Amino acid sequence: MTCIEARGLRKNFGRTMALDGVDLRVEEGRVVGLIGPNGAGKTTALNAMLGLTPYQGELRVLGRDPWASRNELMRDVCFIADVAVLPRWIRVSQALEYVAGVHPRFDRAKAESFLAKTNIKSGSKVRELSKGMVTQLHLALVMAIDAKLLVLDEPTLGLDILFRKQFYDSLLNDYFDGNRTILVTTHQVEEVQNVLTDVMFIDRGRIVFDCSMEEVESRYLEVTVNPEQVGKARELKPIYERQVFGRSVLLFDRVDRGQLAGLGDMRAPNIADLFVAVMSRQPSQAQGAAR
Amino acid sequence: MNMQSNAVPESGFKTQPIAPAILSAARPLYWSVRRELWENRSIYVAPLAVAGVYLFGFLISMITLPHRMHEAMALDAAKQQAAIEQPYDFAALLLMGTTLIVAIFYCLDALYGERRDRSILFWKSLPVSDVTTAISKAIIPILVLPLVTFAVSLATQLAMLLINTLALAGSGLSVALLWKNLPLWHMSVGLLYHLVAMHGFWYAPFFGWLLLASAWARRVPFLWAVLPPFAIGMVEKIAFNTSYFGAVLAHRFMGDPDSAMSKAGGMAMDSVTPFGALQFLTSPRLWVGLAITAAFLAVAVQLRRYREPI
Repeated sequence: MTCIEARGLRKNFGRTMALDGVDLRVEEGRVVGLIGPNGAGKTTALNAMLGLTPYQGELRVLGRDPWASRNELMRDVCFIADVAVLPRWIRVSQALEYVAGVHPRFDRAKAESFLAKTNIKSGSKVRELSKGMVTQLHLALVMAIDAKLLVLDEPTLGLDILFRKQFYDSLLNDYFDGNRTILVTTHQVEEVQNVLTDVMFIDRGRIVFDCSMEEVESRYLEVTVNPEQVGKARELKPIYERQVFGRSVLLFDRVDRGQLAGLGDMRAPNIADLFVAVMSRQPSQAQGAAR
Repeated sequence: MNMQSNAVPESGFKTQPIAPAILSAARPLYWSVRRELWENRSIYVAPLAVAGVYLFGFLISMITLPHRMHEAMALDAAKQQAAIEQPYDFAALLLMGTTLIVAIFYCLDALYGERRDRSILFWKSLPVSDVTTAISKAIIPILVLPLVTFAVSLATQLAMLLINTLALAGSGLSVALLWKNLPLWHMSVGLLYHLVAMHGFWYAPFFGWLLLASAWARRVPFLWAVLPPFAIGMVEKIAFNTSYFGAVLAHRFMGDPDSAMSKAGGMAMDSVTPFGALQFLTSPRLWVGLAITAAFLAVAVQLRRYREPI
């Protein structure tokens, strides 16, 4: 079943086009990373999907129009939009009580068992917690909701590496069950690489790359080319070339492994490198990278 | 699937088969109002603090009580009652003024503060509609604050009566004069009626407007609340040399003289008759005011949908 479907999604702020005809489709049970430079339209796209902002074009989330029926949609969708949006005055116990009161799919015992693993005391106010603890609290609230779609917008921004690691670990171990869909935007691309099943790149309000991780692994190869074979390698039309310690690293798309084998050390590219490669081909060669 | 967690014992809402639709609409509203009380403790702390200070002053004034009681005994019956009632009425008036100020500041912050601290993104991530949120925020000044004011006033007056009685008994004077001249039951009914009718429903358009201003403003909601009415009054004065707009506002603030709901007459016991209440409830001005309140809230709801965190 399709979880999110957008066709020709547009949104402008005055004369700037934040979303310039986004087409995307997210199937149920996927973990999708939406990656893009600052101002590419990531947050605007998520806001449209969450019913936080009006838009033009067609958009369906779990079969609903998000702008028209946000509160119904929020029974099945959870989101952590940005860090530190929990009200500072609220007590941990009050937050639990409130969400239990308004959310029909919230399992309070589950949230409490998540919190028991942290140093968060139920009598504390949010303003007394550290930034990492606030995120843990928010995650505990969200993970105890039996939702179909979880949207995370830069969920680990400003957290130290231990918290970031823990965050994605508990997301995968305690939350993701193969039926739920997770959509995440982040700058720390390398941290989510192993978490994702699909990856999308967004640039200037358009989806410029949309691919499953299996496909990324089968299509793309990065080769650290032996100096004497650079010329030969370039003939195979790499999509991107960079220099590492004086050696050329070439990224190939859909080039036969056999042909590349003799040229140097092969490895699967990481998403960050792929992102840089795809972005460097924008906008002049946008057609080449877009699927 | 998690039905047990739905029936939070203290919620007072047990999952029963009766009218589940009403229940599912009432639950978020109930929790939203509780949420407002958690966040805005001034709703009850401010009147309690004022009551405490007033009682302290009242306690000290007991020193001169015997002297004043002798003076009161020399007066005629009507003046006697007025002299004895006065501090009790004044306590109620003071608390009314306090909670009115609390209501104004509450409304100005209600839909502005959540955008300023970005917590609106959290509230909007939960299945609570903008309509429910706006209604819960309107309930505080229109219903909760008048009832809190009444409860605190009544408690204060009872404490005053206790202090008064003990002081009189201690100085060997008769308490009969005090009790005879203090129709506490009557006063309380009058006060409750005045608070709910006047401070709640009659003032509702003011609160609706303040909530609208707080949903609209990107900065200084107070100015957005005050300047547009002021500008309308000015334009009217310059263009037509009239001041109907100002008169309408003043009339709204002072109370409706036709239905004995004025500031001066509202607290008088005579107005608390079935006839007076009926007259108030059938007054077109009341319903026009409530319709305007609903319109202001509807605009506030739309603004909350569109507005982003500041």
